[in-house]
Amino acid sequence: MSEKESLFSEKNIKLFTDPFNNGNPITVLVLGICSALAVTVKLQPAIVMGLSVTIVTGFASFIISLLRNTIPNRIRIIVQLVVVAALVILVDQILKAYVYDVSKQLSVFVGLIITNCIIMGRIEAFALGNKPLPSLIDGLGNGAAYGMILVIVAFCRELLGSGTLFGIRIVPESFYVKAGGFYENNGMMVLPPAALIILGVIIWVHRSVNKKLIEK
Amino acid sequence: MNRDSNVYTVLYAAVLVVIVAAALAVAAGALKAPQEKNKEVEKKMNILTSVDKIHDVSKADDKNTYIENEYKKYIVEAFLVDANGKRVEGDAFNMDLKAELKKPERERLLPVFVCNDKGNKQYIIPVRGAGLWGAIWGYVALNDDFSTVYGAVFDHAGETPGLGAEIALPEFQKQFSGKKIYRDGKFASVEVLKNGSAPLNDYNVDGITGGTITSKAVGKMIFDCLSNYTKFFDLQKQNN
Repeated sequence: MSEKESLFSEKNIKLFTDPFNNGNPITVLVLGICSALAVTVKLQPAIVMGLSVTIVTGFASFIISLLRNTIPNRIRIIVQLVVVAALVILVDQILKAYVYDVSKQLSVFVGLIITNCIIMGRIEAFALGNKPLPSLIDGLGNGAAYGMILVIVAFCRELLGSGTLFGIRIVPESFYVKAGGFYENNGMMVLPPAALIILGVIIWVHRSVNKKLIEK
Repeated sequence: MNRDSNVYTVLYAAVLVVIVAAALAVAAGALKAPQEKNKEVEKKMNILTSVDKIHDVSKADDKNTYIENEYKKYIVEAFLVDANGKRVEGDAFNMDLKAELKKPERERLLPVFVCNDKGNKQYIIPVRGAGLWGAIWGYVALNDDFSTVYGAVFDHAGETPGLGAEIALPEFQKQFSGKKIYRDGKFASVEVLKNGSAPLNDYNVDGITGGTITSKAVGKMIFDCLSNYTKFFDLQKQNN
């Protein structure tokens, strides 16, 4: 390497932005669906989950990339798992100590970040063959893109399922049938299938906007 | 060194695991204090909510201090009750209710918290049981006649969001205040009905639509836990 590459070089920016469109982990690669179903009933946990996954993917990719020339190939996956698991436990402990309410809502799903395919996917596909800094950027980008989809799904589900956003009432109390109005929350929105349907719609919209993604 | 050799692989794994374990141990140790504090504050908040004493928590600058202060102000006593209804001194706040409920009835020591608001006394009794997916728990506050419910609060580990999980909402919990746990002089607890299945009276409340199993579990939990205290209630009534 002759010249030091700038942090905001075109290549690095592309690494960060690509996951938001052409390489979106959820809508294009269809990874990490399980947690997208589970934590998107309300906006707040979805955002915390998105942040947690972003931090874990970023740092897991960074650490693995630092170690990439020392990791024995035969136990490669095990080493990756140990690093990811350690980071997830750290995140879980920090949430429990400083944002207890949210950590209660996320309950087991923080622990299940370990099983989020995006993390291992980025490590295998990118971090093992690239330098630490681009790996960090790639990881953060993918985590953030995952978080973005969670937020979109959670926005629809909280608004239609509970009539609130961030716990603040959006649909006025007086609209409800209970109070003599005409409106009723959509009960299906609070159940996991609703997330699948919304995800399907997002993928549909994404593909009709970005024609490159349509398989021939 | 050859990266594919067995020695290298084993050594690498061993060193990695030791480093990770050490890092996690340090982190867990450092974060333990705030975590324990969170649990303690949550418990105090639940106890206070059952007697409807938490109003300004969202306005408070520091939630923890606010709750600690309110707790000190209102909860004047906490003691244990044995199987004969006799009062036993002990650390009621840190009593492991789950462990106590597993013991045979004769050996149980169960906590009672006393709230005193300008001479109005309520007796707060912790309850715990099994919901549809996991544990459910809460606090039931009784007036000092030991037969009318003053208020109740419930929480759960993982009931279905939007359905069973609604037991943790004030709309459900409010129904309990004013209900009677004694019917014609006999302990009957408060029954939780399948939503709308029967007319409401002083001895029952409406369950949650679509959350019938969790709702029924709340009813069973209250019955099972309060029935441990019937001797205590009888003794207190005689003293009154």
